[in-house]
Amino acid sequence: MRRHAGVGAIQKQRLQQEKYREKGSEIQENQFQQMSKQLEVFRENLEEFATKHKNEIKKNAQFRRQFQEMCAAIGVDPLASGKGFWSVLGIGDFYYEIGVQIVEVCLATNYKNGGLITLEELRTRLIAARGKAKIHQEITNEDLLVAVKKLRIFGNGFTVVPMGKGKWLVQSVPGELNLDQTLVLQKASGLGTAWVSISILIDDLGWTETRAQNALNHMVKEGLAWVDTQDTKETLYWFPSMFSECVAA
Amino acid sequence: MDRFEYIEARLFEGENYLKRDKNVKIYDGDDKTHFTDGEVVLTTHRILWGKPGDIPKGLVCLSLHLYYVFCIEEESGGVFGLGGPKRILLHLGPALPGKRPGPAVVSPFHFVKFSFKDGIDQVFYKALTDAVAAKAWERPATISSPTSVTSSNASSKPTVTPVNSKIRSGIVGIERSIEEQHRATDQSISVAFQDLKKLMEKAKDMVAISKNISTKIRDKQGDISEDDTVRFKAYLMSLGIDDPVTRDAFRSDSDYYLGLSQQISDMMVAVLMDCGGIMSLADVWCRVNRARGLELISPEDLLNACKLLQTIGAPMTLRKFPSGACVLQLNSQRDEEVAKTTCELLEENGYLTPVKLSQIANVSVLLARERLFTTERLGMACRDESIEGLAFYPNLFLREAS
Repeated sequence: MRRHAGVGAIQKQRLQQEKYREKGSEIQENQFQQMSKQLEVFRENLEEFATKHKNEIKKNAQFRRQFQEMCAAIGVDPLASGKGFWSVLGIGDFYYEIGVQIVEVCLATNYKNGGLITLEELRTRLIAARGKAKIHQEITNEDLLVAVKKLRIFGNGFTVVPMGKGKWLVQSVPGELNLDQTLVLQKASGLGTAWVSISILIDDLGWTETRAQNALNHMVKEGLAWVDTQDTKETLYWFPSMFSECVAA
Repeated sequence: MDRFEYIEARLFEGENYLKRDKNVKIYDGDDKTHFTDGEVVLTTHRILWGKPGDIPKGLVCLSLHLYYVFCIEEESGGVFGLGGPKRILLHLGPALPGKRPGPAVVSPFHFVKFSFKDGIDQVFYKALTDAVAAKAWERPATISSPTSVTSSNASSKPTVTPVNSKIRSGIVGIERSIEEQHRATDQSISVAFQDLKKLMEKAKDMVAISKNISTKIRDKQGDISEDDTVRFKAYLMSLGIDDPVTRDAFRSDSDYYLGLSQQISDMMVAVLMDCGGIMSLADVWCRVNRARGLELISPEDLLNACKLLQTIGAPMTLRKFPSGACVLQLNSQRDEEVAKTTCELLEENGYLTPVKLSQIANVSVLLARERLFTTERLGMACRDESIEGLAFYPNLFLREAS
């Protein structure tokens, strides 16, 4: 076999490899698109089956498991009942389903909102995750409130706080499990100032104003923080527990 | 247009799915029709046209038998034919008697056009010409009429598509075989989802396919969805319970709650260990129900079952905070254990305030304070309440006295 030599051969080889690579990524891209299409088909079909054949699916234990596996793989919610006749009376699975989905949305988002979410956002997210079908769009804020009410027997770990003007705030993390105060303290000691303000929490930790205000109010109530209104711009919150450290530093 | 039939989108015996495309408009000869923005599916025997989503669901769609087709042309769109060919022109033979009813009884034209909004996919065009050339309908046993499906005997093997018979090599070969795989998958999906019975029969395959698809997509783009909630949902559901306890299976409520309690305990142990040994009951309820799938339990049932956790000797208990919030707690979080670990932390640090403990143990300030109170109550810490706040020191009486 003739050996290629010289700059031309090297360049030719490089060109060839380049072409192969291009082709490879093209094939991959193609395959990916096909897969995405199949995913869509799957999703549509599963959503439809979940709505239409719920009871039949429930009856067959083995199939129920398989159906669940498919839904898990594709990311389809098998809980997709509409608001039926019975749900008006508070019977039936509809409100339980919504309840499960509400808690789920809260859990999925609490890493960034600390367990506080407005009812509006909750509804948007819940509907988006439920699917595209029309019956899902018809879920109202009132439905959500009814569903949350059913969680009341768990004590006040999961509560809805009215904000006035038909606005609601859903709090999904009970005070005992809320790490926000710890984060505030970490921030204050990190700054070495022994105080923080709401704007610092908003800017540095990326919190919403409600979240910051809530955490600080709690700390004032618990006696962990002192309020200082002397600053011209905004209220400062001092932490007496840090005074000695800061003075010593 | 008079060659088309209305028929439910199902494959005949021996008929194979080949290719699909979307955004397709049909022209009757040169005239526009109201069949726009549809989906076409090419099989070895027919071309099906339906509104998007109708064909996978097996609803009624338009069908054109390929045996009518005797010539295929590509036609360029646009005035100057820019942007490549957009239409496929099919010259058709005369309508055969005994045809099912279609959208038109007579038509002056002997050709139809399929207009592809996004241009003609060359793979589709190739598959079409191949299918027409292969004349799969002329093979024995299976005739392309649904009435003959029942009469077709065992000799009717699935028709071999032209692509299959070729020997493959090189990049084109690889591409072909990938294409073929997709086609096979597409087909099995559309067959399986025709109705619930079919899906149940094919459930095992479909589970495999769905997992395969989602793994591939995860590899490529990280996850199946951008949506936090959808991702979390998929994760929760994947931790399924095989055989959820239901009320019907038990004679009395108390038996039912005992069974439920056992199942909750089995399921939650690992979860609780992962997340610090404590979880609010609302979270537990959500997770348990997700794992159960369609067999939801009510909050009341969960609460009742959790009350029995101690009775069955589960490694966790239900606990109510003074604030009223209910949580499920691992027994390693029980008072004695808490006191022991807190005591060790006291020794290490010299003294502890709730704030300091909350930072060390990464728990909330409220919980940290409670842990210190517990430790104090069991005699393992001493309180120092001063103007500077509340602090706790190790109980030296315990150590020094002995």
